[in-house]
Amino acid sequence: MLVFTLASVSLVLVIGIGLYYQSLPVLANSSWVHLLSSSIWKPMRGLFGFYPFIMGTLWVTGISIIIALPLCLLTSFYLSEYAHAKVKRVLIPFVNLLSGIPPVIFGVWGVLFIVPFIQTSIAPHFVDFSTGYSVLAGGIVLAVMIFPLLVSIVNQVLNTIPQELKDASLALGATQWETIKKVTIRKALPGIIAATVLSISRAFGETIAVLMVCGNNAVVPHSVFDTGYPLPALIANNYGDMMSIPLYGSALMFAALLLFIIILLFNLISRIILTRLERNLAG
Amino acid sequence: MTKRKLEELFIKILMILATIVVVGSFFLIVGTIFSKGIPYMSWDMISKIPGGGFYIGKEGGVLNAIIGSLYIAGGATILGLLISIPVALFINMYMASKNFIANTFRLAFDVLFGIPSIVYGAFGFLIMVYFGLKASLLGGIIAVTLLVIPILVRTLDEVIQTVPGELRDAALSLGATRWETAKVVLRQIRPGIFTAILLSFGRGIGDVASVLFTAGFSDNIPTSLHEPAATLPLAIFFQLSSPVEEVQGRAYASALILTIVVLIITVLSEILIKKFSKHKI
Amino acid sequence: MTSTPHISVQNLNVHIANQHILKNISINIPNKKVTSIIGPSGCGKTTLLKSFNRLLDNTPDVKITGKVLVDGEDIYDPNAEITHIRKKMGLLSQRPYPLPMSIYDNVAYGPRIHGSPKKAELDELVEAQLRATGLWQEVKDRLKAPASKLSIGQQQRLCLARGLAVEPEIILGDESTSALDPVSTHIIEDLFIELKEKYSIVLVTHILRQARRVSDYIIFVYMGRIIEFGPTEEVLLNPKQELTKEYVKGFIS
Repeated sequence: MLVFTLASVSLVLVIGIGLYYQSLPVLANSSWVHLLSSSIWKPMRGLFGFYPFIMGTLWVTGISIIIALPLCLLTSFYLSEYAHAKVKRVLIPFVNLLSGIPPVIFGVWGVLFIVPFIQTSIAPHFVDFSTGYSVLAGGIVLAVMIFPLLVSIVNQVLNTIPQELKDASLALGATQWETIKKVTIRKALPGIIAATVLSISRAFGETIAVLMVCGNNAVVPHSVFDTGYPLPALIANNYGDMMSIPLYGSALMFAALLLFIIILLFNLISRIILTRLERNLAG
Repeated sequence: MTKRKLEELFIKILMILATIVVVGSFFLIVGTIFSKGIPYMSWDMISKIPGGGFYIGKEGGVLNAIIGSLYIAGGATILGLLISIPVALFINMYMASKNFIANTFRLAFDVLFGIPSIVYGAFGFLIMVYFGLKASLLGGIIAVTLLVIPILVRTLDEVIQTVPGELRDAALSLGATRWETAKVVLRQIRPGIFTAILLSFGRGIGDVASVLFTAGFSDNIPTSLHEPAATLPLAIFFQLSSPVEEVQGRAYASALILTIVVLIITVLSEILIKKFSKHKI
Repeated sequence: MTSTPHISVQNLNVHIANQHILKNISINIPNKKVTSIIGPSGCGKTTLLKSFNRLLDNTPDVKITGKVLVDGEDIYDPNAEITHIRKKMGLLSQRPYPLPMSIYDNVAYGPRIHGSPKKAELDELVEAQLRATGLWQEVKDRLKAPASKLSIGQQQRLCLARGLAVEPEIILGDESTSALDPVSTHIIEDLFIELKEKYSIVLVTHILRQARRVSDYIIFVYMGRIIEFGPTEEVLLNPKQELTKEYVKGFIS
């Protein structure tokens, strides 16, 4: 048993080391700085600039958080502070069901619904032409994917705030919303931040749904209607060519390594915040 | 004072709208999938393999993907259980449940839980290359096993923690060995194990990125571990953009099947979790 | 008891989760006096108190019928303005709940919500209330420090100052000294005695000695009904009802 446990735990290290090891060839060719800031992506010539993909990831993730955070905060506030128990009992299961839907289904929905929607209803107001495949589509699909995570964690955090504290504010004549604004949010802030960080890390790594709707062009996006090419999509799309072009495989492993490191950091940060929050409440 | 009431009313409306959007998105998605997929559902669809090549062949159904997914998700769950049960037991029984080392292990598994499946896919691919395996059923099973181990360990861990210490102590004081006590604990948490199986199966059957590199794809049902296997998610992914209408139809049907399966699994596990916690408190 | 009652309860019935917690309560709370509600645990004392400022509304599965008149107006009237009603009452809970902000902001919270006071006014108000509760000397150099850094006794006095800052007419105390050490308890009890010059005070307590020391009137509640009501000395030393006699039995002056 001990062996199994140690082996599983060391998996984290093994994955990290394995990816790093595989990235060495491409690192030998160009420095970290160059790889991260160059925009030239011509694998045939051994030129690997990851900048467009990093930006693609940032754009898509950024859009998804901008959409999801306000919607989920409002929803969590409603569910935990205003809604009757009966209403909650009906609504919350559906939010949970959303979390069970596999990413590829979100991708299908994105292709069938969001992309045409953007093309016909949103884009015409802003740009001359758009196929609908864009970072905006990726952001919207991602946002819906992180709805359940964000809502459920923030809900939990809000539930830990003692009713007596809210009563203290209400007893002074504050309205429910004023209490939320000035008291509840302040108390819940660390938890909300942790939830957001966790959701961002989930969004970073989401591969398939985003890949299906964001256009996959290795250029840096300059508007929400541009296409993008996030890191996970890069890896997924090109695995086939990995073996035939020299250094390509190593470059893709480097992309995987980048993802791994970023997500690792985000996960650790949010877990630390959450554990410290729990400890504060207990002691 | 009216200004305050107005502000509260305004925010309340916003909140309700937001909730409608969030909850409504579920119905929107399921609705889209159903409306697109149902026209293509037929007995043939689920009982035949594609004819004439999955990308352009007009005949047949998606049996290859259904069976492939079942094999991979099932295999990964079984392998995963074999590894996770000892691990979860170890963390909880052979060390004080809450001490520093145990919690570090838990942190490690939480981190593993958060790693996106594409990293597992890439890593699984590395392992396959190292052992000289080709894209195959075995490769898919390995990658998905890695993916589901954190899910299993996390679920089992939480469930084992609900077993009161006194039960374990009682068993030990009756002279049982640690192993026999472990068996008692396991029997106690049987519904929890079932939930863990459901969760891991649900994840394993729907995930794309982990099987993308590792399982390959094929028109046929694999007959050995070394043959490539089709999976429902990949069936959707590859066939969605086909110009041939029937092939697209297969993608929609696969999406529908996958959605139904996963929804059933999720509902079942929610019910089990509720039932389980009701008994234990 | 000849002056007009500040709070007049008429036929109040409260059900929580289908349990009949308060049964047909009718009572008048005297003006500018301290009234203590005593009784065994779980018999509805806190429920009664919370019905005065309508905090009871937030309890899940609650049903309230009857009237509670404050200054002649029924606070349970559907058209009543809840925040207005609550402003009239200051609540002190069992454990102090300082708001997650500085000492200054805690006291200034109420006034800021109900108006837009200028900084000078606010400074004066905060100082006045902190002086009134005896905290000024102890905190005047660290007004911007988080309220959570105060000792429990100081926190409870802060909550009192906070409650007084909205200029209520009535102070409600729910076993407000039970979490405090004897010195802080004594300070708070003294404050209540001082404050009754300006406010009507209703306290829930299970410490009979405290009730005797501080209050002018006593209400004895048992199983959701009012068993006895009268001046302190009478109820405690010469109770008319059997149940009251049982409860205060063994209480020696």
